[in-house]
Amino acid sequence: MCTVCGCGGASFEGHRHVPEKKLPFGHVDAQGHDHHHHNHQHGAHGDIHFGQGPAGTEVPGMSQARLIEIETSILSKNDGYAAENRQVLEAIGAFAVNLVSSPGSGKTTLLCATIAALKGTPLAVIEGDQQTSNDADRIRATGARAIQVNTGKGCHLDAHMVGHAMDHLHPALHSLLFIENVGNLVCPAAFDLGEDAKVAILSVTEGEDKPLKYPDMFTAARLAILNKVDLAPHCDADLDAYEANLRRVNPKIEILRLSAKTGEGMAAWTEWLKAGLQAKSRREAAE
Amino acid sequence: MHEMSLAEGIRGIVEDQARQRGFGRVTRMRVEIGRFAGVQKEALAFAFDVVMRGSPAEGAALEMIDLPGRALCFDCAHEVEIADRLDPCPDCGGGKLLPQGGDEMRIKDMEVI
Repeated sequence: MCTVCGCGGASFEGHRHVPEKKLPFGHVDAQGHDHHHHNHQHGAHGDIHFGQGPAGTEVPGMSQARLIEIETSILSKNDGYAAENRQVLEAIGAFAVNLVSSPGSGKTTLLCATIAALKGTPLAVIEGDQQTSNDADRIRATGARAIQVNTGKGCHLDAHMVGHAMDHLHPALHSLLFIENVGNLVCPAAFDLGEDAKVAILSVTEGEDKPLKYPDMFTAARLAILNKVDLAPHCDADLDAYEANLRRVNPKIEILRLSAKTGEGMAAWTEWLKAGLQAKSRREAAE
Repeated sequence: MHEMSLAEGIRGIVEDQARQRGFGRVTRMRVEIGRFAGVQKEALAFAFDVVMRGSPAEGAALEMIDLPGRALCFDCAHEVEIADRLDPCPDCGGGKLLPQGGDEMRIKDMEVI
């Protein structure tokens, strides 16, 4: 949603409309799309900082009162950007996961361990936080390509920010794209980023009833990772109760028990990612 | 949750519509909000007043229409209407329900001059 980066309504006019025929990444910009409004600043490593307020426009002129039908989703702009992101990812056969959780569930640690376990698989990371590039720095220390998106006051990443970050990152053909959302179990549930799956990370120190307290996020997720299972014996965590509550709010959810620290469950997680990537690459090759 | 972002989304749509249809001011707007949309109506009303300042919808009356929440019961396979996200199935009492609608957030119509 452009209102977040402050580029206002008028900027949408020059926005990319991906043509019927899909183009590989990097060719998209040649379509006259100007995603680069430059109302944000670039920090070290090309990190992007959003946080400007909306631009206002006045529309003069009066006509007689009338009722007009709109029937438009309030998030339709975000959904439009998400569809564009999805089309770009489809064209290059890249598999994108949107990692969502509370702050402190261990997303970044899990991501670092995942990158180490996936040596040889091309991947890139978009890191979302309100402030600092600490997380992107941690990812880059593993040798992986990463870009930080700071949302300023924003409580979630939106599809426009992710599209912009993808323009900078240029995900490789048949690669994995990890989007680490802002730590927040509420707002990111409603914002489609164009990802293939939302993966909710829930650490065993958070309480068995967390899925019941924040059902929307766990309903939107395809996979839930029960993280930090090595701590379960120390905090009387009932893993079966976690799973039962996850299935209560989302009967279709897949669940993996994992410890990024000990490596338990890591193999099942990397297999899940590779299976998703293979299915996506096959789909791209078939077209 | 993110009522401020939603209000900014509404403002974007208002500004686009004002350009396309050539109106100057919105006097009344009706939005439909699903039961499971996670929208706090008081917060949206507040954000609406703040975010619409300086736009064609400044001072417009905002009316919110509730849409029912529907869910598929995984125990009896019925599609049922529930008031709260964690309510049991009204048909069989089952507790595993997957929402099938009710997450709508859309502008239905507006009165413009």
